[in-house]
Amino acid sequence: MSNSSLIETLYESIGVNPHSLRQDPNIAHIEIHHNKVLGVHLVPGLEVNARETKNGIDAKLLVKKDTVIEKPVQMCFGMIPETGLQEIILDIELEENARAGIFAHCTFPFARQIRHEMDAVIKVGPGAQYAYFERHIHGGEGGVVVVPKSRVEVCEGARYQTDFELIRGRVGEIQMDVEVTGMTKSVTEVTARVSAIKDDRISIRETAHLVGEYARGVLTTNIALQDTARAEIYNTLTAHAAYARGHVDCKEIVKGNAVAKAVPIVEVYHPKAHVTHEAAIGSVDSKQLDTLMSRGLNEEDATNLIIEGLLGVPLLSNG
Amino acid sequence: MTILQLQNVSLSLGGKKILHELSVDFWQGHIHALIGLNGAGKSTTANVIMGISGYTDFDGDILFEGASIKGLPVYERARRGITLAWQEPARFEGLSVRRFIQSGAKDKSEERVRAVLEDVGLEPDEYIHRAVDKTLSGGERKRIELAGILAMEPKLVLMDEPDSGIDIEALERIFQALQKLRENRVTVILITHSLTVLRQAEHAFLLCCGHLVDKGSTDKIARYFENKCIPCLHPNPEKLVAEGSRVQ
Ligand SMILES: Nc1ncnc2c1ncn2[C@@H]1O[C@H](COP(=O)(O)OP(=O)(O)OP(=O)(O)O)[C@@H](O)[C@H]1O
Ligand SMILES: [Mg+2]
Repeated sequence: MSNSSLIETLYESIGVNPHSLRQDPNIAHIEIHHNKVLGVHLVPGLEVNARETKNGIDAKLLVKKDTVIEKPVQMCFGMIPETGLQEIILDIELEENARAGIFAHCTFPFARQIRHEMDAVIKVGPGAQYAYFERHIHGGEGGVVVVPKSRVEVCEGARYQTDFELIRGRVGEIQMDVEVTGMTKSVTEVTARVSAIKDDRISIRETAHLVGEYARGVLTTNIALQDTARAEIYNTLTAHAAYARGHVDCKEIVKGNAVAKAVPIVEVYHPKAHVTHEAAIGSVDSKQLDTLMSRGLNEEDATNLIIEGLLGVPLLSNG
Repeated sequence: MTILQLQNVSLSLGGKKILHELSVDFWQGHIHALIGLNGAGKSTTANVIMGISGYTDFDGDILFEGASIKGLPVYERARRGITLAWQEPARFEGLSVRRFIQSGAKDKSEERVRAVLEDVGLEPDEYIHRAVDKTLSGGERKRIELAGILAMEPKLVLMDEPDSGIDIEALERIFQALQKLRENRVTVILITHSLTVLRQAEHAFLLCCGHLVDKGSTDKIARYFENKCIPCLHPNPEKLVAEGSRVQ
């Protein structure tokens, strides 16, 4: 397949029109298939250095000091074949007071035996704001193993938001691990929304260490499980400084013979820090169900609407 | 004409009898009020009529438009035209106001969603994309629920304390919505502790400890309220059993 037809196929699988994307010069975009960079369009203040490796890409993204990138950078990572390995190494840095968002589409539409690994090191500089939304679109076979790992440093006064979505197509297997360190007056929000069916397997570890005074952090995981799917969620929040505040929230709706496990860990090392957690695992709330059924929806439609709400709040709206 | 009829409805919960042989007729196109002290069984009656889980195992029968609805699931009763506005509406994480209203609406267009939001006094632009979750105040949620019910175009609405947590200005809008329902010949059963809300009704029923102790014009039943139930003379359930059956 030629580069341009690969790009077309990648975009087609995620339901985005590449032509309308390219018409707007203010939208930066990067397309990566397996270990090839198919296309790059940058905007002022954004630097990308990508090196092709045996099974993927090793890339550095830099958003220069004070740069504000208005429209989210569109990244598309994918594998069109049914089998293969993709290893993405990302080094992302936002310099002081820079602002940017990335909308990463990860697409494996025909996967039967694909492994996608992502290793990211992220630094959100002082006063900078970074929002990262990763949307996965998988095929119906469940033949994908997704292993995203990131280590994030959120500097003083900076804001880091990340949202991982896997609600279209089969999960296959996911092993996610995010670890964030938040400095003074930083804000961290980590969200994962996953829907799993059949024998899908989910393992999620979200960790935030609030080391600076007034650092704030929220770890959210919303999961819907059906059939014989299984999920294990280990979310950890530690607070080490005065006025650090955090919250861990895990909601899992379980249907059929699915099994869910949630282990929220909160640790407080300073008497003036405050951390809370909330975990709700089980079938759909009966009052929600009764409310929707009293509008005429049957139980299945009502359940699906409740799950749609729980899983459906993307961080960045375009795309 | 009777649209909904309770025939000797009795219900026990947790081994305790909560509703005692209730027989009540509700008239098509009329606004009725159901009043009584805390714990009298008003919400329970509404749940039984709607068929909410946990409230389906009762003695007696309930007829809607002449046919028994006993044993029908909630959604089947809803499809026949019965719906319920809850005393404490549920919260739905992430579900937008638009989707929530559309889910039960007869006309699912965005214009219709906007129109019903206006009917309950909520600015559509401000609310339509918000989530029906804890970020809405209790009063906002109640009004959104009512908007959903207006969009559903039901035949009979049970409104459990439509005024609780509602400010005076919004209450006016809710009364206007009630008038709209009345114009459309929708039957309404208002559950309330408020004299102002009671005055919206044409007929009223007084419940006390699960017994229907009186019924009649709103003016007549309002006197129980004004006199803090003094003419009712039901200091304890035992005495009430005797008197309740006498009144009926
Ligand atoms: N699931 C239940 N199990 C046991 N008792 C119940 C249950 N639900 C309600 N009750 C009892 O039934 C009685 C009637 O309750 P209900 O909620 O119908 O009262 P109400 O008239 O709506 O009161 P309020 O004005 O406070 O809303 C109360 O004594 C209540 O404690
Ligand atoms: Mg009540």
